[in-house]
Amino acid sequence: MTASPAKDRTVPVLALAFAAVALLGAMAPGWLVFLMQISLANGLVVLGVMVQMRAGLVSFGQGLYFCLGSYAAGMAGSFFGITDAFVLLLLGILVSVAVAAVLGLQMARYREIFFAMLSLAFSMVLYGLLVKAEVLGSTDGFNVPNATFLGYAPSGDDLQLAAFLLTCVICFALAVAIHAYLHATMGYIGDAIRQNEVRVEFLGVSVERAIHLKYVIAAAISGIGGVLTAIAVGHVDPGLAYWTTSGEFVFVALLGGTGNIAAPFIGAFVLEFVRTYAFEYSPETWQMVLGATMLAVILFLPGGLWSLTKKWSRARERRES
Amino acid sequence: MAVILEARNLQMRFGAVVAVDDINVSVGEGEVIGIIGANGAGKTTFVNMVTGYLTPTSGQIFFEGRDVTALDPRQITRLGICRSFQIAQLFPEFTVLDNVLVALGIAKRRFFRPMVRPDMVTAGLRVLEHYGLSEHAERTVSTLPQGTRKLLDIALATVEDPKIVLLDEPTSGVGVDEKFGLMKTLMAALQNQGATVLYIEHDMDLIERYAHRVIAFYDGKIIADAPPAEAFADDAVREFVIGAELHRQPKTEDYGNGESSASSDSC
Repeated sequence: MTASPAKDRTVPVLALAFAAVALLGAMAPGWLVFLMQISLANGLVVLGVMVQMRAGLVSFGQGLYFCLGSYAAGMAGSFFGITDAFVLLLLGILVSVAVAAVLGLQMARYREIFFAMLSLAFSMVLYGLLVKAEVLGSTDGFNVPNATFLGYAPSGDDLQLAAFLLTCVICFALAVAIHAYLHATMGYIGDAIRQNEVRVEFLGVSVERAIHLKYVIAAAISGIGGVLTAIAVGHVDPGLAYWTTSGEFVFVALLGGTGNIAAPFIGAFVLEFVRTYAFEYSPETWQMVLGATMLAVILFLPGGLWSLTKKWSRARERRES
Repeated sequence: MAVILEARNLQMRFGAVVAVDDINVSVGEGEVIGIIGANGAGKTTFVNMVTGYLTPTSGQIFFEGRDVTALDPRQITRLGICRSFQIAQLFPEFTVLDNVLVALGIAKRRFFRPMVRPDMVTAGLRVLEHYGLSEHAERTVSTLPQGTRKLLDIALATVEDPKIVLLDEPTSGVGVDEKFGLMKTLMAALQNQGATVLYIEHDMDLIERYAHRVIAFYDGKIIADAPPAEAFADDAVREFVIGAELHRQPKTEDYGNGESSASSDSC
């Protein structure tokens, strides 16, 4: 488990990867840019799922904060004329953190399936409220005005590119921040809680408070993912809080693995591409293709796609020795 | 000797069962106290109450004059009362060094700073050295033998110079050939730290060798609280804790009653 800081190349590799993705986005067709943008935004939510998974907690309700972030951005734009992306991001964080700070008091008391079900229940409560809220478009949701960027108000392809680049920068910054967090004592405490809660408590840490903190951090990241999705799609609806959306985030977390900060983004990219091409070539059975993909990962790569890197490095070490 | 820990009229009920009844104990700073008693006598319940794992049904616990009865384990640990467990409580997927680094990071309140830093690693290795665990630093805990796990459990509990350490059967599950070495190592390390030690132990040799004082439990009550020689001579202790027929020869000579050494052989 000990990761020598000298050997940890995660941040420079991430920087290169995000720079490559941003460069690709600047040259790629619109549909591909959109696909990458959604993958990155979803990757942020999965990052939140991963932070909780490291502490042994599976959230089947991360859609709650994804939806709150989206609706916060959408409502600020539609009802108050606030369109600046940075202000929208701040609002998304504030709303998500405020709700998570309150709900987290209860969530931190539960573990395992009870945590999963309670998180799902909270997200479905929001779904139910939004479906009944006619002022918010009920099941149809409502459109989100075009975002602006510190006074810069692009449209068309320029808007898409600007939003995409902003998504890249934010995802990179958050990935680095969460990477630092997971390598700090508090990050390790998450793994420690998963392994032995009693010892953590007897070392002088409140397990409930540590879980509460992780829950709030996960909510903040997911809220940002929601804001970026709202900006990219230009529309929000209650489906963002529906349990299948949350289930998809867990799906991606399992697909990518929890071994590294890059895993959620890799998982999100793979899911979006598999879904897109499965829908293109097998429109009647695309869900089956996704299911088969998941089954294959669980059977052959229980540690997710990221575990491939460990297998490769072990194979290389064997060759060298 | 200043009193560091005091239990007054402690009682712990589990439904109709009274696990600990009217316990009064005063612990002086720097003492090494052996706690003995048969299974179910109330020893671990007493340790659990002192460390906040259980809240007494009635009675009070004072640490350095402060009432700590209602505090939770986290708060009590921060005050300087640390403990180990009958079954070592570790992080099995981490390496031995990472276990210590987590404990050190928490003890030093470095929650948001990188855990694996040169100064922390040096401090962690020093802790492992005190407990003779340096050679296992990079091993994953799940691969360690029982005795090594026990030592690591105690090392985790004591990374930040605790004031009192409560050891719950530190040698249980450890082979006969290992246990004396284990006790020697850990008592030397705890003495270096200047900690007051209370340890539950079933091996009377280990009690005799290290304890300044013995507290004997029977049926939830303290039946003896005295230096080892005196406690072992107590009739109630001999009958309910040690077993009279197992009483050791050197002690019988001390009492001058001329009992045969046959009991020593059987021991």
